[in-house]
Amino acid sequence: MCVSLQEADGDDKLGFPGEAEGDIEGDSKADTPDVPPSTDNTPQCLNKALEGLSSRYFLICVNYFFYGETVADYFALLHREEPLQFLVRYHRFISFALYLAGFCMFVLSLVKKQYRLQFYMFAWTHVTLLIVVTQSHLVIQNLFEGMIWFILPISTVICNDIMAYLFGFFFGRTPLIKLSPKKTWEGFIGGFFATVVFSFLFAYLLSQYQYFVCPVEYNSETNRFTVECDPSNLFVMQEYTLPTAVQNVIRWKTVNLYPFQIHSIALSSFASLIGPFGGFFASGFKRAFKIKDFADTIPGHGGIMDRFDCQYLMATFVHVYIASFIRGPNPSKVLQQLLVLQPEQQLGIFNTLRNHLQEKGVLPPAVAEAQ
Amino acid sequence: MTELRQRGAAEKELKHRRSEDKGSETEGRSERDGASDNEAKSDSGIPEVPVSADDTPEVLNKALSGLSSRWKNWWVRGILTLAMISFFFFIIYLGPMVLMMIVLCVQIKCFHEIITIGYSVYHSYDLPWFRTLSWYFLLCVNYFFYGETVTDYFFALVQREDCLRILSKYHRFISFALYLTGFCMFVLSLVKKHYRLQFYMFGWTHVTLLIVVTQSHLIIHNLFEGMIWFIVPISCVICNDIMAYMFGFFFGRTPLIKLSPKKTWEGFIGGFFATVVFGILLSYVMAGYRCFVCPVEFNNDSNRFTVDCEPSELFQLQDYILPSVLHSVTGWTTVKLYPFQIHSIALSAFASIMGPFGGFFASGFKRAFKIKDFANTIPGHGGIMDRFDCQYLMATFVNVYIASFIRGPNPTKVIQQLLALRPDQQLHIFNSLKAHLTERGLLPALEAAA
Repeated sequence: MCVSLQEADGDDKLGFPGEAEGDIEGDSKADTPDVPPSTDNTPQCLNKALEGLSSRYFLICVNYFFYGETVADYFALLHREEPLQFLVRYHRFISFALYLAGFCMFVLSLVKKQYRLQFYMFAWTHVTLLIVVTQSHLVIQNLFEGMIWFILPISTVICNDIMAYLFGFFFGRTPLIKLSPKKTWEGFIGGFFATVVFSFLFAYLLSQYQYFVCPVEYNSETNRFTVECDPSNLFVMQEYTLPTAVQNVIRWKTVNLYPFQIHSIALSSFASLIGPFGGFFASGFKRAFKIKDFADTIPGHGGIMDRFDCQYLMATFVHVYIASFIRGPNPSKVLQQLLVLQPEQQLGIFNTLRNHLQEKGVLPPAVAEAQ
Repeated sequence: MTELRQRGAAEKELKHRRSEDKGSETEGRSERDGASDNEAKSDSGIPEVPVSADDTPEVLNKALSGLSSRWKNWWVRGILTLAMISFFFFIIYLGPMVLMMIVLCVQIKCFHEIITIGYSVYHSYDLPWFRTLSWYFLLCVNYFFYGETVTDYFFALVQREDCLRILSKYHRFISFALYLTGFCMFVLSLVKKHYRLQFYMFGWTHVTLLIVVTQSHLIIHNLFEGMIWFIVPISCVICNDIMAYMFGFFFGRTPLIKLSPKKTWEGFIGGFFATVVFGILLSYVMAGYRCFVCPVEFNNDSNRFTVDCEPSELFQLQDYILPSVLHSVTGWTTVKLYPFQIHSIALSAFASIMGPFGGFFASGFKRAFKIKDFANTIPGHGGIMDRFDCQYLMATFVNVYIASFIRGPNPTKVIQQLLALRPDQQLHIFNSLKAHLTERGLLPALEAAA
């Protein structure tokens, strides 16, 4: 549980001075900046201001790139202005050019005695971008799929934290991993079952509302977001026959479930089993760089990162899950691609599609030839 | 390419650099000596740079035994350069499949070289888990990328085998699951005294993957677009290296950047113009051949790669009217060019201007970690990474260029996506497409024919 890490870190801090003396990695510690223990999480270095500037520059570039790749499609009609359309259409090229400019500035800024430091900062920036920015854009993409795909995973992770803490508090005995001494197997397993049940029930609750279940769309007329649609099969109640074993126990033959609840079991299992690894990773990271918390933004809890470290793989998992098992391709994007093709290619696709639809009976042959 | 370090002069250069660093390197040799230079402290662990290691093959040694060491080194480099260029032609001749394999091998070797440097920098040889994990991550990321890009081209082949189909359709999920396993193994392998080391190696592995593996897959992507998109950029970078060296050798005077003292402005500018001219001529030669110009396709029937198609507009000669300035100089009114040659100017300009920055980046990297070469794979040149450091941005640029200005989406892929949609979405798209085609006047002709 993320809150208890504070005490855990405090206990281990006693080991640190000893570690410093007998440390094999001492040489690398010497030239990599020592992290000041109290507030700041960024390593001190001479060009701190410059590094901060260049980090923010790369942050902007990567965000612009991802915005163009994913979110801009949804706002297609918003970009009616010429410059905006240009920025979106050629976003890859422009963001790459911006990145290159930043890259050249980095190379030109290499100062003789600080090569290694500068390379470290460069790599640090890139890894952070990879972790943080990619995740955040995946979260936004999940959100557009339907708010339930955003709310449920996050609540599941939070619930797992709380449940694991409670179970550990009341029943905890066997330590789980050396990295986080306060975690226990009882908390882990109890949290797992409690989370699966919680998300099962929560999914049932959320699936009933169109507001949560519908993909987010941008309505060009009212210039607002709308969440109104025909709920897909996933959110329509269906009857499932219980296996005979369970039938003898509960004496129900069938049960009405949303198919989404089955998926929620997968999501909550992931949150309970792999989510804690994200927490261990963050603990290890803080131990490695000898910081107690990522920052002091939230009193009593630490920084924003402390709250979100367990979410760290959940967003990617949900996105991959949706892409693999739920969603097909995005129709508006497919249409855009279609409109960019050569006319002959468009005609070819048109014919293929027409035949396909006629075969499926969606398009009656008479309608196609009536034009 | 890094600045050509001649073996004879290398000794002097190394000593020169050491004296520049105020001799703190010798201080650093004894463990923690309170030297003010932060970098020096890590020298104790860096493998000593062999000053005069001679790994040239015996054959060459005998042949060049008569020459002084400076010229001998020049000859070694020259011979190896020719050997590499011939090898390059040879594998082009062998075709796209072999090319893909070679790109993969180069990628693995570059990855290996960079990771080895990481190990030596952090003395993490005694963390055996880490080597396995790094290779494991390499495998996952490669699988992911192959699923993303290459299986589209092999679509028909993949559909035939069941297990290939599953591997391809759910590649995202499977590669993510594999990655997660590696991630969990990493977390479980965290050892108390080595946290920081392990996190460094983890970060190092990821950055290397980001740089090396992504680039190599973009290269393969470009290759499938047409071999010319693979050959021309690489040749431009190689040409720029050689030309910049030549111009610098004969006319070099003003140093270019402190990071690489052997580079000169004369070399840079001369190389730029020479490369642009070379690019135009090379693309003129190549654009005439179908095997270079056509997208690589996989033929189901013959189970082989075919490069046979109607060359696109880009590769058809067109008349361009010369601006009057050139007209008075050369006496021609119009000139026949492939439109691709105009694009090649952009590519070669990028190669000449940005390529050297990749080289400076690699030089800075080597300075930072006090290594002379990435490895000793190629006699006289260093490791594979030394040869490919200038290519480091070229592949991405070509890919972005193609995606932005040349290629539209791939029609086969669009059809696949269409057929995966729900029927109501398909109907909606069908109607939009019909409206669009009718507007353009393409549809009535079709209906009349039907």
